[in-house]
Amino acid sequence: MAGITGKDVVLTNYADRLALEAPKGRSLTQDALRRLAHNKAAVASIFILVGIVLFAFLGPYFLPWSYEEIDWTAIRKPPDFEKGHFFGTDGNGRDMLARTMQGTQMSLIVAAVATLVSVIIGITYGAVAGYLGGRIDAIMMRFVDIMYALPYILFVIILVVIFGRNPVLLFVGIGCLEWLTMARIVRGQTLSLKEREFIEAARAGGARSRTIISRHIVPNLTGPVVIYATLTVPEIIITESFLSYLGLGVQEPQTSLGTLISAGAPVVESMPWMLLTPAAVLVTMLLCLTYLGDGLRDALDPKDR
Amino acid sequence: MTNVLSVEDLEVTFALHESEVRAVNDLSFTLRQGETLAVVGESGSGKSQAFLAIMGLLAQNGRATGRALLGDVDLLNMPAGRLDAYRGRDIAMIFQDPMTSLNPSLRVRTQLSEVLVRHQGIEQEQATREAVAMLERVGIPEPAKRANAYPHELSGGMRQRVMIAMALLCKPKILIADEPTTALDVTVQAQMLDLFKNLTRDFGTALVMITHDLGVVAGLADRMMVMYGGRAVEKGTVDQLFYKPRHPYTLGLLHSTPHVAVRAKRLDPIQGLPPSLERLPTGCAFHPRCAFRFERCFAERPPLLDAGDGRLKACWYEGPLDYEEVA
Repeated sequence: MAGITGKDVVLTNYADRLALEAPKGRSLTQDALRRLAHNKAAVASIFILVGIVLFAFLGPYFLPWSYEEIDWTAIRKPPDFEKGHFFGTDGNGRDMLARTMQGTQMSLIVAAVATLVSVIIGITYGAVAGYLGGRIDAIMMRFVDIMYALPYILFVIILVVIFGRNPVLLFVGIGCLEWLTMARIVRGQTLSLKEREFIEAARAGGARSRTIISRHIVPNLTGPVVIYATLTVPEIIITESFLSYLGLGVQEPQTSLGTLISAGAPVVESMPWMLLTPAAVLVTMLLCLTYLGDGLRDALDPKDR
Repeated sequence: MTNVLSVEDLEVTFALHESEVRAVNDLSFTLRQGETLAVVGESGSGKSQAFLAIMGLLAQNGRATGRALLGDVDLLNMPAGRLDAYRGRDIAMIFQDPMTSLNPSLRVRTQLSEVLVRHQGIEQEQATREAVAMLERVGIPEPAKRANAYPHELSGGMRQRVMIAMALLCKPKILIADEPTTALDVTVQAQMLDLFKNLTRDFGTALVMITHDLGVVAGLADRMMVMYGGRAVEKGTVDQLFYKPRHPYTLGLLHSTPHVAVRAKRLDPIQGLPPSLERLPTGCAFHPRCAFRFERCFAERPPLLDAGDGRLKACWYEGPLDYEEVA
């Protein structure tokens, strides 16, 4: 019963408002992001990376030439602003800027797909092996060792044979190979995490293995996984460039940064613009990703706390 | 009063590289509904391992034999998958260090409601509401706000309260607290003990308090079990053991505890070190440190026998334990 003063109602409202206004706790992730915001190199890298992504995905809409269009009047020409070839043309008369944008797009998609695949497989595999331990762990990790020992270029060739020349499927395949290191890192982290008392407390609370892995182990892996993923992206871009260089990657008329660089490298003396444009984008992108990965490592490293 | 837990012939062994170590040796005891049992002993006396074994939380190289009957289910001889259904629901455990017992990457309410969703199958939203109510119950101010916090934003005492709330959410029949106050400030310790007392009384939960701090035992427990070298050496009510200890080790423990009322000249610790479990002394494991030992103690291990008034002791010495005269 509310008293004559209606005090209860007032208090309840007040309590409700307090509950609503209660600050959401700051998670470890938010802490880390704040630290990251103080790292100038990392913040600059984020801005440049966003710029590159916009450049690759929105840029083509503002260009007079598409990446596969041949301008018969301008073959192997240096930059020409009147015709709209801002970075010159290649040996077939295609606009270098448009091709660089398309190549960047392709490299970014490839990196994202392959990293995602490798992160998903790596976390699942590593966390399960690490948590279950014992014989299962030994068998699972020996399998990883065997995979490590086999030359991955062999797998790539097999994958190309199976999937044909579909770039996305090919890079899902590369992701399926890249997970090995991720699995090892995750397993190592899991081994140390599972000795922590909160895991024991969760077991004492009756949580099942599946719940413990998904709720208590994986969220605590965020730090190392994010760091490693950021560092995997440049690695995969380089792998892609290497495969394209060998003719196993992206096929004409589509292109990627690696293909463009391999086409530009032999003619660097006569047509430097063919190498400089894609190389500049690639180098900037890799540097930024590495700085970002570095910044994230500093921000997420539990030892700093 | 009915027994909620009866443990019979519990043995815990750990396989080392070449040998085996027995951490707990034929330990038997019963826990009655709603009572508080204190398990006291030095480090390495097997007190923690005995209860970890009952919870099925032994390290991988550990093995437990015997029986631990919770009602009519045997917790020790049960596949791990089925044990999960009882842990947290009927028997809960609180660990020594609240700093590390909470998952740092989940909000408090998430961790609390998880237990309810798991064991009582209620909706997430309802579970969160119950979790907040329980936080209030364990004396956390502004529970709605704290529930949104992450563990690192709470103080040690607050985190231990969260642990207690988590353990009591499903109103378990048995709560095992493994040195729950060791990592806390003295002032907070007292609050925690009050909390344990009130909550276990309100919920009718039987409490097992594992500790080496006799001050904790005095205010809280009904019965007491003293362990040494992996065996129970004396059992009885707290009053019996405090005022008339019948085992030299219990006496030694009492003498090494500071007390405000007794202005002792010096504290009188038990001489020597606890024995290594790998090489327990022959006969009574306590004899190298015992002031009352005689020939029989070297040769034969005393069994845990009735010593009158419903108490048990494992000691050959039958005379009065008058410390000053002998020492």
